[in-house]
Amino acid sequence: MLKVEKLIFEIGSAGRKGYSLPKLDVPDADMKELIPEDLLRKSEAALPEVSELDCVRHFTRLSQLNYSVDTNFYPLGSCTMKYNPKINEKMASLPQFADLHPYQPESSVQGMLELLYETEQMLCKICGMDAFTLQPAAGAHGELTGMLIVRAYHTSKGNPRKKVIIPDSAHGTNPASAALCGYEVVAVKSDRNGRIDLDALKAVVDGETAVMMLTNPSTLGLFEKNVRQIADIVHKAGALLYLDGANMNALVGIARPGDMGFDICHVNLHKSFSTPHGGGGPGSGPVGVTAALSDYLPVPRVKIKRNRFILDAESKKSVGRVRAFYGNTGVIIKAYCYMKSLGGDGLKDATIEAVLNANYLKARLKGHYALAVDDEPCMHEFVLTGKDKKDFGVKTLDIAKRLLDYGFYAPTIYFPLIVEEAIMIEPTETESKDTLDSFVETMIKVANEARSEPGLLTSAPHSTPVRRLDEVLAARELNLRWKRPGA
Amino acid sequence: MADTGKLLFTKTHEWLRIEGNVGYVGISDHAQKEITDVVFVELPKIGREVAKEGEAAVVESVKAAFSIYAPVSGKIVKANGAVEKDPSIVNKSPYDDGWFFAIEMKDAKEADTLMSFKDYEEFIKSGAH
Repeated sequence: MLKVEKLIFEIGSAGRKGYSLPKLDVPDADMKELIPEDLLRKSEAALPEVSELDCVRHFTRLSQLNYSVDTNFYPLGSCTMKYNPKINEKMASLPQFADLHPYQPESSVQGMLELLYETEQMLCKICGMDAFTLQPAAGAHGELTGMLIVRAYHTSKGNPRKKVIIPDSAHGTNPASAALCGYEVVAVKSDRNGRIDLDALKAVVDGETAVMMLTNPSTLGLFEKNVRQIADIVHKAGALLYLDGANMNALVGIARPGDMGFDICHVNLHKSFSTPHGGGGPGSGPVGVTAALSDYLPVPRVKIKRNRFILDAESKKSVGRVRAFYGNTGVIIKAYCYMKSLGGDGLKDATIEAVLNANYLKARLKGHYALAVDDEPCMHEFVLTGKDKKDFGVKTLDIAKRLLDYGFYAPTIYFPLIVEEAIMIEPTETESKDTLDSFVETMIKVANEARSEPGLLTSAPHSTPVRRLDEVLAARELNLRWKRPGA
Repeated sequence: MADTGKLLFTKTHEWLRIEGNVGYVGISDHAQKEITDVVFVELPKIGREVAKEGEAAVVESVKAAFSIYAPVSGKIVKANGAVEKDPSIVNKSPYDDGWFFAIEMKDAKEADTLMSFKDYEEFIKSGAH
């Protein structure tokens, strides 16, 4: 069993070193003669004192504590934790890419610019949009960029407008992005299956509505069938429709946001396009727009002039830069590689498999856990509710903790907020049937344990390096600083 | 424990206790149980105008952050700093020490749309929340 690893400051001993310096080959001098005394430390810096081997073992053991998609199944709903093909890493680390400097003249980075240009073109094709920016460094950053574009668009028409409409099932980043951009957030209710209630929407849309932010498929994992009617209601008021593209893994190659009536959308390269996610990031959240909005995109933009790729910062209407240089180019290279490796047909197949895997899991689990919505085919993910398990004194949190004992990462829990005791599962297309079956059997086992031995769940996890953490105490008395004993 | 008979409830699980033209606001016992251990409370500034059903405060648990809506319109005249300092009071004493803020009510009639404790209990049972 893996044990908790001590901090590197807690191992080793005073004076132990992991290096040996060569003999001094310049005249020795007193530090006080070289640096003013008031700038010198009064005490030794508290650095780790370990040998090279201590250090290697420490970090190797730490790396073995890592749980990642490379080690196990990661059914974290809304996050699309698909496998990140190693060829992506290989391509991004080619010295021709990795050694580039962002201040190199355009003439010496034509290949990189071509790759950025082509990536934009591919994303335009996939999303049915007319232009893309690759600058935003994450999904929420894409949302903020989208809101800046919305504000610039309405301002150019004479009134920036006041309100942003967001469904009560939305990702929390949506209202945060709208508020950060100075808009008032108006929530619109969902129906029992988490779809937009059209009458409720009509009641809140008016001449002060700047944009509606919509996630499709919704966070309940269902396709928003009325998306065209929603677009009509929003457009009739002169407002724009924004797609939170977190769930693009259900759409790529099958349906295009542009065709549904969206004016702006972001995609997450670190979700739908297989680049590393979370601690393995950074992310990338490109934003696409229709032709009417393309002048508002951040600058510089990659364009072609006299058969050469150039960085163009001309647009007077642009919202300006949203990121230093040209976005997280290393991530963009990986996404480009993914799209090129799979091709159009491959990307479509991946979407179909993702939806199939989610429906398979849902079909096998629904007798053991209650579905959060009516039993209809889901998209790439689905939501269960643990509310019936409350009768045994077991909460969704306990189910999630117990799954850790069986070597699985827990699904997303307590989201979407409109589902009581939510358990949100997204398997992605890259998992085999064997893995899915093993997850199902474990989930069933946990459901049975909830009934027969609830204590096993409420005290879980039992086999992880650290047991159940006191999250409440950690949040109430946050302490992020380690102090050397006696210091 | 407070006399819940004197409290009025919203569908968003706030309660209102009227004293003269001032209304004290907190969240229901059901709400504190649902959101679990409160770890952070953000109160409105004194003097702020709030609209009925407008966001007035924020409460955070380890699960998520939730908005607290004003049951009636008016001006914030008091904020309970004790729950900011020790958020666990919201869980321990939702109807007494765990109040959030007090509103100088613009129009006492607005309170007529709120539910009695009995109606609120029915509302929770109906699962319509």
